[in-house]
Amino acid sequence: MLTISRELVDQIIAHATADHPDEACGVIAGRAGVPERFVPMENAERSPTFYRFDSMEQFRVWRDMDDNDEEPVVIYHSHTATEAYPSRTDVSYASEPFAHYVLYSTALTQFRSFRIVDGVVEEEDVKILEPGA
Amino acid sequence: MAIEVRIPTILRTYTDGAKAVDASGATLEELIGDLEVRHPGIKARIVDDGKLRRFVNIYLNDEDVRFLGGLGTPISDGDTVTVLPAVAGG
Repeated sequence: MLTISRELVDQIIAHATADHPDEACGVIAGRAGVPERFVPMENAERSPTFYRFDSMEQFRVWRDMDDNDEEPVVIYHSHTATEAYPSRTDVSYASEPFAHYVLYSTALTQFRSFRIVDGVVEEEDVKILEPGA
Repeated sequence: MAIEVRIPTILRTYTDGAKAVDASGATLEELIGDLEVRHPGIKARIVDDGKLRRFVNIYLNDEDVRFLGGLGTPISDGDTVTVLPAVAGG
């Protein structure tokens, strides 16, 4: 299960909405599996059907996480015409076995989370922590 | 000549869980060859058909080797090589 604050969910949705119809992507860094620090990334492909982190930006962000003892707890991207379910390319390039892969569909306003390990996709529940709750 | 190679989570199965390992070589290609001797199986995850895999990024210190000399990039003692799978999808 992914447990995530309402604020972070809203940030993902705002980023995806702003970049629509291109796919938006990014990371939420955290410790011990708790997503905390929102890091929107550039989609180097600027495409409505594909995303890829810019390699130099990724290097800096991964190094910062290393320095802070953080990990990429959430890797998110948007789908802008299809449902929020990992595509074949999402599965074949998934390379962070401990990350929650969050997909947000701007077309269907769907927010869903998955684990993708060794080519196997497993959807998980999302628990959103409301402010003050 | 020892060069520190930083290994991403997904390839740590080849390094007994180590986040960084030592290897040697005068070029990136030699370094990866030496890495393969020390950690069999890892090369195929980085190189395919004599070329860097498209969805693997390798950095020499702070630079993406694609903007340097690719596999032929010269490496010196004290350099750090970082391997990071690209984050990509559709």
